[in-house]
Amino acid sequence: MRVDPVLLAATEPGGHPIHYAAASGVFSLSWLLIVLPLAGAAVLLLGGRRTDRVGHIIGTLAAGASFVLGLVLFATLLGRDGDDRALSQHLYSWIPVNGFQVDAGLLVDQLSIVFVLLITGVGTLIHIYSIGYMAHDPARRKFFAYMNLFLASMLLLVLGNNFLSLYAGWELVGLSSYLLIKFWEDRPAAATAANKAFYMNRVGDVGLALAIMFMFATVGSTSYADVFGAAAAGVIGYGTLTAIALLLLLGACGKSGQFPLQSWLPDAMEGPTPISALIHAATMVTAGVYLIVRTGPIFDGTQAARTVVVIIGAATILIGCIIGCAYDDIKKVLAYSTVSQIGYMFLAVGLGPAGYALGIMHLLAHGFFKAGLFLGAGSVIHAMDDDQDLRRYGGLWRYMPITWVTFGLGYLAIIGFPGLSGFFTKDRIIETAFDKGGTSGYLLGSIALLGAGITAFYMTRLFLMTFHGKPRWSAEGPDARHPHEAPVSMTGPMIVLAVGSVFAGGLFVLGHSLQDWLEPVAGEGVEGVHTFSPLVLTLLTLVVTAGGFAGAYLRYQLRPVESVARPDAEVSLVTFAARHDLFANTFNETVAMRPGQYLTRFLVWLDLVGIDGLVRGSAAAIGGLSGRMRRLQTGFVRSYALSMLGGAVLVVGALLLVRAG
Amino acid sequence: MNTVPWLTILLIVPAAGAVVVAALPRRHATLAKQLTLAITLAVLVLAVLATFAYDPDKAGFQFGQSYDWISTFGISYSVGADGISLVLMLLAALLVPVVVLSSWDEVDGGGAGGGRIPAPTATPDATGGTPGGSAGGPGPAGDVGEIGAAGEIGGVGGVGGIGGVGGGSGGTAVALAAPAPAPARPATVPPVETRGEAETHGRRSVPAFFALLLALEAGMIGVFAATDVFLFYVFFEAMLIPMYFLIGSYGPVTEQAQRSYAAVKFLVYSLLGGLLMLAAVIGLYVVSADNLGHGTFDFATLRQMEITPGVQKLLFLGFFVAFAIKAPLFPFHTWLPDAGAQSPTGGAVLLVGVLDKVGTFGLIRYCIPLFPDAADYFAPMVLGLAVVGIFYGALLAIGQRDMKRLVAYTSLAHFGFIALGLFAFTSQAGTGAVLYMVNHGLSTGLLFLVVGFLVTRRGTRDVGAYGGLAKVTPVLAGVFLIAGLSSLALPGTNSFVSEFLVLVGTFTANKPLAIVATCGIVLAAVYVLYLYQRTMTGPVVHEENRVLHDLGLREKIVVAPMVALIVALGVYPKPLLDIIRPTVTATYADIGKSDPAPTHPAAAHPGAAHPGAAHPGAAHPGATHPVATQPGGHS
Repeated sequence: MRVDPVLLAATEPGGHPIHYAAASGVFSLSWLLIVLPLAGAAVLLLGGRRTDRVGHIIGTLAAGASFVLGLVLFATLLGRDGDDRALSQHLYSWIPVNGFQVDAGLLVDQLSIVFVLLITGVGTLIHIYSIGYMAHDPARRKFFAYMNLFLASMLLLVLGNNFLSLYAGWELVGLSSYLLIKFWEDRPAAATAANKAFYMNRVGDVGLALAIMFMFATVGSTSYADVFGAAAAGVIGYGTLTAIALLLLLGACGKSGQFPLQSWLPDAMEGPTPISALIHAATMVTAGVYLIVRTGPIFDGTQAARTVVVIIGAATILIGCIIGCAYDDIKKVLAYSTVSQIGYMFLAVGLGPAGYALGIMHLLAHGFFKAGLFLGAGSVIHAMDDDQDLRRYGGLWRYMPITWVTFGLGYLAIIGFPGLSGFFTKDRIIETAFDKGGTSGYLLGSIALLGAGITAFYMTRLFLMTFHGKPRWSAEGPDARHPHEAPVSMTGPMIVLAVGSVFAGGLFVLGHSLQDWLEPVAGEGVEGVHTFSPLVLTLLTLVVTAGGFAGAYLRYQLRPVESVARPDAEVSLVTFAARHDLFANTFNETVAMRPGQYLTRFLVWLDLVGIDGLVRGSAAAIGGLSGRMRRLQTGFVRSYALSMLGGAVLVVGALLLVRAG
Repeated sequence: MNTVPWLTILLIVPAAGAVVVAALPRRHATLAKQLTLAITLAVLVLAVLATFAYDPDKAGFQFGQSYDWISTFGISYSVGADGISLVLMLLAALLVPVVVLSSWDEVDGGGAGGGRIPAPTATPDATGGTPGGSAGGPGPAGDVGEIGAAGEIGGVGGVGGIGGVGGGSGGTAVALAAPAPAPARPATVPPVETRGEAETHGRRSVPAFFALLLALEAGMIGVFAATDVFLFYVFFEAMLIPMYFLIGSYGPVTEQAQRSYAAVKFLVYSLLGGLLMLAAVIGLYVVSADNLGHGTFDFATLRQMEITPGVQKLLFLGFFVAFAIKAPLFPFHTWLPDAGAQSPTGGAVLLVGVLDKVGTFGLIRYCIPLFPDAADYFAPMVLGLAVVGIFYGALLAIGQRDMKRLVAYTSLAHFGFIALGLFAFTSQAGTGAVLYMVNHGLSTGLLFLVVGFLVTRRGTRDVGAYGGLAKVTPVLAGVFLIAGLSSLALPGTNSFVSEFLVLVGTFTANKPLAIVATCGIVLAAVYVLYLYQRTMTGPVVHEENRVLHDLGLREKIVVAPMVALIVALGVYPKPLLDIIRPTVTATYADIGKSDPAPTHPAAAHPGAAHPGAAHPGAAHPGATHPVATQPGGHS
């Protein structure tokens, strides 16, 4: 690889040109980041049962090796100049057709390396956790193979240096997600959930695919450098730019479970819990946020699209929060919590360069605490013989202290307890929303604030119902439970993630460390006029959060919790709606699924009776088909030759007529 | 190496093989199989060698050969290969040995695959099967007993019917070599009650089956290799015959009436199209005689000829309808589900994998370059039908319970994409469409193979009879999924490259159409994954499914190259693209179509100090791209 930097014309709004230097030295090994886990997956899938006994080790080592390489690359990047941290590696020419030239190429820069560390770091932890969690599953090898496949796909998604590589990663993470949701595929619910996830993701993928086509038709290229260069130079018309941005957003909503494509994510909890932690909380579902930040130069040029982003973010915050209060399934609550937290990230990145770094920051912090919460939930579910119902938990802190503490730290981090991760990252988003100014600023800020309060409520509810109060299970009888702490392979990763939940936010925010790091990619957040002083807003947020906490404490700690939920008929309309996912599924069924089924049935009938019937009818009329042939004793070829001749005569005659006329 | 007559060799080897295999006595079933496999593998090797000898950057046909055949009418034996026909011949050469190996036990029901029908024990057949002779020959009364027996396997009494075709098949391979209309009378056999005989002589002829496959291979190669329009027509029709017998005689044993219906329907549809094409071919001849003073069927000459727009339209339609039936495109498709369902697995793979490609091949080889004005005129109609087909095929696939019909309908959707790409008139869409033809052969071929494995094990095509098989037959389920993922064009598989090229190429020419077509990818996900869900996931509901065995070694060998190519061509499609692209580009350039330029090219914006560096990979040799199409040069 040559070392001389290739100057690219992309210009950031701030006016700093981007240098995509050609990858050299250790960076020319970037492809190994992807290939290591991919090779792991290949070995495990092709090796078959022979690799059963070592499958989990191979899988974990592959993930770990990728993580170590990521660390090395990160450290090397740290040693380079701030302007010189974007390295592009050309691998080979992938799809070359005249003007359409797509290369397989990677881009290691400040943004992608952060994701590499998150994906491989959390990924490795969850691999380790799964060794214990899946120990008794006969298909553990396959599980690790799919997880490795996921890592490779996700790394391709964030490392690609053009939109088609991103798209490939984008759909392949969809595949991995599908494979892992239906991991226990003899359960019909799991298979259905996996299909639903894939379908809804594909709806989003249509958006992404069309965005790429728009880019090619406009710029003649799909590489980041060309597209962003053109977008930043302002040569793309506003309408086109907005269309591209909205299509990208559709893709982002599909992958990230944002309104209106949110309803697959809670169903995805049918997958094994480590998957919920890795894919459906920490990494894949945040790909939408990555996409918007990555395509910042496009969104920067279109206020209209950006407005749609914040509206979707704000709406999803509320949707996730409200439904999260109503479910009794521990994983579903966490899933809706994820939906709502990603709503915060969307809100942040929709606010423009001021919010890009904040969105990523919350994403990383969320990666830690939400993964930790899910792993904790997995530990509880494991201890309670796969029961996921909060109403049959209670008082578990005594039996599983490590889970209690690590889960507790994650819980405090997500509700924004002072000093923990969520406190730093979420507060900054609320603050920036208010700082947007005007009515919309107040509206968005208030929604974000309200969301913080509801988050405190439902997370406190979940925490108390699980670990505190009187046990609503019994150690005797037919439904006996014997809760116990998880093995070290499971608690180890939980402890690491808990430490991250505590410190990550502070680490990112204090001293602007992450913001400065991301600045060349995300742009410089302009310090706007504060609507409220940060101190006032922090206090306000704390008050609202405390309110949410108090509400849950009064309801679920001081009063006994029923071990069976009240039937739908006895609950308020809001609770009823929340229990039914705010009717999102009903809506999808009424608008898309049923009409689709009717249309399909109608077409099947039409094809049989209508089109085929028509043809058969006319065929019979001209004596072509059916038994008549048999009786005529003519033989096909002979009659065919005759009709051939007849037809030919007709046409030749017609041609002669044409010439004569 | 270009002096080697590659195409003639590729044509003669399977044709001669067909004769030899057909001449084998029925009792030499194993020998017939081995011989066929060896011949088809030899053809594959030859095709690969020819591909290496082919120079993609040279304009015009390569490996060309021309000999007068019927000089009075300017008909010649002329063959030649361009990038499009070469990759399709390669596909045919690849799929036939795969099919041979996959059909190893299908005809005689022996070995691992059997179990559905208590197959009668092997009985050496005294009558033998000399081609054109009494047993193999079509239809003299002496055959009746045996023919009736062939029809009796399923125990359906009293209907001789199409069973007669089985007897005739041996002779057909020979009839092919000299395409004079042989007096085949497939349906003339009176019903004979021969149940007793069925139990002893009831096996279908194995050598005839494999001879048919070889004959089919020769036909397929011939149809792609021909550069004389009449020769093309001859091969186009000749291919029908072995396929007809494959469906009629070797389809599902128990569904005699249906398979007879399907075979006849296939034949009648194809003949109808062929008739129209023949008329157009003759019309073309008349026009050439008028324009040039001497009539000709030579493609290169005809291509240079100016035809008045009105006549172009008529001739275009003649060819188009034939190809639209063959491909098939909506609404000419209704024969396909029947034929697909009633073919033996190998037949279905070749039918949908290669034979149908003759239709789409014909569109870009004949319809577009010969009648450019008419192609322009009818393009909106074709594009419309294509998009309708994408959705119509997908929705019908979703609604099917018969797995083979389901796969056939998915092909209708795929052919919609191909037609869309061909008539968008951009080099990306066109190259994507041709690549799609190859990829579809691989993905749908594999899908048919896997469905065939299931049907062989379980004896039914009904989706409802399956469920939960992922636990019972994990390898089979995995291959099924890979085939499905390729069918839904997941990145990383071959089909993604072609489908995206079609869509992006269409987009630059016609945004609304491309947008609508892109929405079709959601339905593709539905028909594939819904099928997978119903067959492979959930609990095992039928007890008999618990004992199904996973893929055996032979089956693994059958699917392995397909799976490998599906992945390899998804990751690195460049070798095929490099062959296809120049021909497609030249085809469109010849009719005056060039790719729309980007509205705001990246290199043109003010900041681009180094236009050469517009690609991050500027250091690599591919960085200088031929942006526009090279005009002309293709004669």
